[in-house]
Amino acid sequence: MNSAILLPSILNGTTTGALYALVALGLTLIYGVLHIINFAHGALLMVALYGVYFLYKLFGIDPYVSLLIVPPLMFCIGYVLQRLVITRASHGRDENILLVTLGLSIVIENLALFFFKSDTQVVDTPYGFEVVEIFGAFLPYPKIIAFVGALVTAGALWLFMERTDLGRSIRALAKERKGAQLVGINVPHVFAMSFGIGVGVLGIAACLLMPSYYVSPQVGQGFVLIAFTVVVLGGMGSFGGALIGGLIIGVVEAVGGLVLGESLGQIGIFAVFILILLFRPQGLLGHKV
Amino acid sequence: MKQLFILLGIFAALAVVPFFVSSEFWLNAVLLTLYAALLGQSWNILGGYGGQFSFGHSLFFGVGAYSVAVFQVQLGVNPWIGLLLGGLFGSVIAVGIGFLTFRYGLRGSYFALVTLAFAEVFRIVSNSLWWTGAGEGILIELDQRAVMMQFKSLSHYYWLLWAITLVCFLTVWSLGRSRFGARLMAVRDNEDAAGAIGVDAFTVKLKAMALSGLFTGLAGVFYAQKFLYLDPGIAFGPAVSVESLLVPIVGGLGTLFGPLLGAAALHIVGEVAREMIGDAPGLNMVVFGTILVLMVMFLPRGIGGLGKMSVRNIFKGGK
Amino acid sequence: MLEISNLSIAFGGLKAVDAVSMSVPEGGLVSLIGPNGAGKTTCFALITGFHKPDAGNVKFCGEDITAVKPFKIAEKGMVRTFQIVQPFAGQSVLENIAVGAHLHLRDRQDALDKASSVAHEVGLGDRLEQDAADLTVAGRKRLEVARALATDPKLLLLDEVMAGLNPSEINEVIPVINAIRDGGVTILLIEHVMQAVMQLSEHTWVLNQGRLIADGPPREVAQNPVVIEAYLGKGMAERLEKEKRNA
Ligand SMILES: Nc1ncnc2c1ncn2[C@@H]1O[C@H](COP(=O)(O)OP(=O)(O)OP(=O)(O)O)[C@@H](O)[C@H]1O
Ligand SMILES: [Mg+2]
Repeated sequence: MNSAILLPSILNGTTTGALYALVALGLTLIYGVLHIINFAHGALLMVALYGVYFLYKLFGIDPYVSLLIVPPLMFCIGYVLQRLVITRASHGRDENILLVTLGLSIVIENLALFFFKSDTQVVDTPYGFEVVEIFGAFLPYPKIIAFVGALVTAGALWLFMERTDLGRSIRALAKERKGAQLVGINVPHVFAMSFGIGVGVLGIAACLLMPSYYVSPQVGQGFVLIAFTVVVLGGMGSFGGALIGGLIIGVVEAVGGLVLGESLGQIGIFAVFILILLFRPQGLLGHKV
Repeated sequence: MKQLFILLGIFAALAVVPFFVSSEFWLNAVLLTLYAALLGQSWNILGGYGGQFSFGHSLFFGVGAYSVAVFQVQLGVNPWIGLLLGGLFGSVIAVGIGFLTFRYGLRGSYFALVTLAFAEVFRIVSNSLWWTGAGEGILIELDQRAVMMQFKSLSHYYWLLWAITLVCFLTVWSLGRSRFGARLMAVRDNEDAAGAIGVDAFTVKLKAMALSGLFTGLAGVFYAQKFLYLDPGIAFGPAVSVESLLVPIVGGLGTLFGPLLGAAALHIVGEVAREMIGDAPGLNMVVFGTILVLMVMFLPRGIGGLGKMSVRNIFKGGK
Repeated sequence: MLEISNLSIAFGGLKAVDAVSMSVPEGGLVSLIGPNGAGKTTCFALITGFHKPDAGNVKFCGEDITAVKPFKIAEKGMVRTFQIVQPFAGQSVLENIAVGAHLHLRDRQDALDKASSVAHEVGLGDRLEQDAADLTVAGRKRLEVARALATDPKLLLLDEVMAGLNPSEINEVIPVINAIRDGGVTILLIEHVMQAVMQLSEHTWVLNQGRLIADGPPREVAQNPVVIEAYLGKGMAERLEKEKRNA
């Protein structure tokens, strides 16, 4: 293998990885605060992608303009979901949350299948196929925008957590539930806000993803394990970890695809996932628990 | 003892079903229910009795199914031997994965995700190997002779399944009255406390994996012989994993009759839903997903637990 | 029978157990006391393999068992109870105890018979079929003891089995513990209830901030100024705190 094809595939993997990172950011936020694993994350991403798709199809709203519409809607969905369903389901066992969110993802995906059939849909924006050449790699514009967007979102999220009252409450809650209660934090509300933000980030991911990707009822399934892998790799609950983890996974997938062929490329991802869970469950950057 | 009599009574009644049910439709309905009960009970050994929730039971199912199919098609091995191989490989893979995950102390949600990831790995790999038929899948040649474990009459398939399921249920019955069963439930309820009084949780969980993988593998073999076709999605996809866990959760986790109850309830609900809303793709899964959510939220002990619960407890369960 | 030497562990910067050495003679009934957070429970966890010590070793019946897995240590005949009770919730009292009995009894009926007799020994004979989660605090503490006792241990480590009990309940438990010892089981107990320590144990060790500060017969130890300071010093600090808050 020579560097003439390796470099472009690494670059390509990096841009894909930024999107994985974005999807994983929401997941890691939810995990970091609520200590639950949201299995419906992929299905909710699919919902957001359909939102972007229909806004474009029905009203001609550009996916990037949808950034003003879809993320807030996704936030609301997340907030309500957490308050109505997730909190009532745990009965003291985190596996129960996994089961409930699994059930939710089954419902959402199959409703989509029923309404939208299993066809793959794309938005054909005028800029969708324009490319730029970087180091001999031809990268589509939307991928570069997505890459930048992912970094900006991660940064904004970090600032939000550091600088705002809500962010500080969320961090306090993530660290110490009892103590947070004592200092007067409205725990159920902050939990639901965290979940809402985590799902809202999916809305951003969907808007950035749609111009260079597609949507189908099953599209979330592919993302769900990838997002888990990213989160586990970066250390559960760590933003920086999710970002780096996403980039690594994107590159692993791209290079894996180059070496093993398209269909086997994903093996690399799961191999990383399994190895990390087995040998370093605290993640690459996390602390030993 | 009472439990055993009830169990044997139910299976005796199930054994004679083909003599009384002449319509293929109804016999098939009972067969599918029994098949779901087998999958569910296999999962229940590990999930219900052992407290280890797997999201990837299709892995053991697929390994069992592909064992009988590949050995038969590629090497001409008789499917009855394939039945043993399917059970064996299902079990061995389960122990292997158990060894890796439990060795490194993965519990709870992590265990669920790792099993799911392994199932995905197997799905992707079987998609690109020539000897599994890759993406096109593998076809077992039609040869309706009992030596080839293929039958002209549905009732013969039914009895084969009945026998496997009976062995599975008897195994679970014995869990309730053996040292291994007591230890398994102790590990489920409190691993540290169990360790303090001499229970080797690691070994106990591996044994549960072995049994669970064995019976799930056998279910896979049955599936392969009944439908004579497999592809990576059928064998290792999420559908089997979901069915396996849904059945005991609906019927009652960690109970002998839960999977039977759950399988019957789900089958009836599925049929009713089909009558009411038609056969559109995905709709029955919407119903099952909804049931899963509602069960975990409001009836964590399954419908089998209803009898033992007071109204107050139901509300407590719902909180 | 049990010899620990120089046992140490730190959590973060906190030295929870710091170079502790002690020995328990066969047939004895001895105790380990100390103020809250002294490191007593951590000591038990180190001895029985729940934590791996940073330094030091543990010998049981002449054999080095440092950092051996808990279940192996239980097989060798040393069993601990938990200060924060850990019942198998959802299982009956009898089933709970039977898990312990199964350590040396394979047959289910034998284990149930043994469990039933142990339940009677510790005063749970009338609650065999009750769900362990529905027991009172006193009941759960007894269940802890029963489950451990059912394994036929040589050495029993009891962690505050009287905490949270009222005086009359404590008076019921003391003879139970004496009877266990008379049955040939060596006992090391952690206890805050001084009345029990005085009545039961022949020898006591005092732990404070991870270090052993005294040992001897309980009555003498209770007079030891170092010990009084360890307890009272903390008490004083608390009282001052309170006064400040009220002011
Ligand atoms: N797993 C752990 N991680 C971090 N710190 C711990 C851990 N276990 C115990 N500690 C700390 O070690 C110290 C000793 O705790 P330990 O429970 O052994 O005290 P104790 O003597 O049993 O107290 P008590 O009388 O309250 O039961 C405490 O400061 C406690 O907070
Ligand atoms: Mg203690």
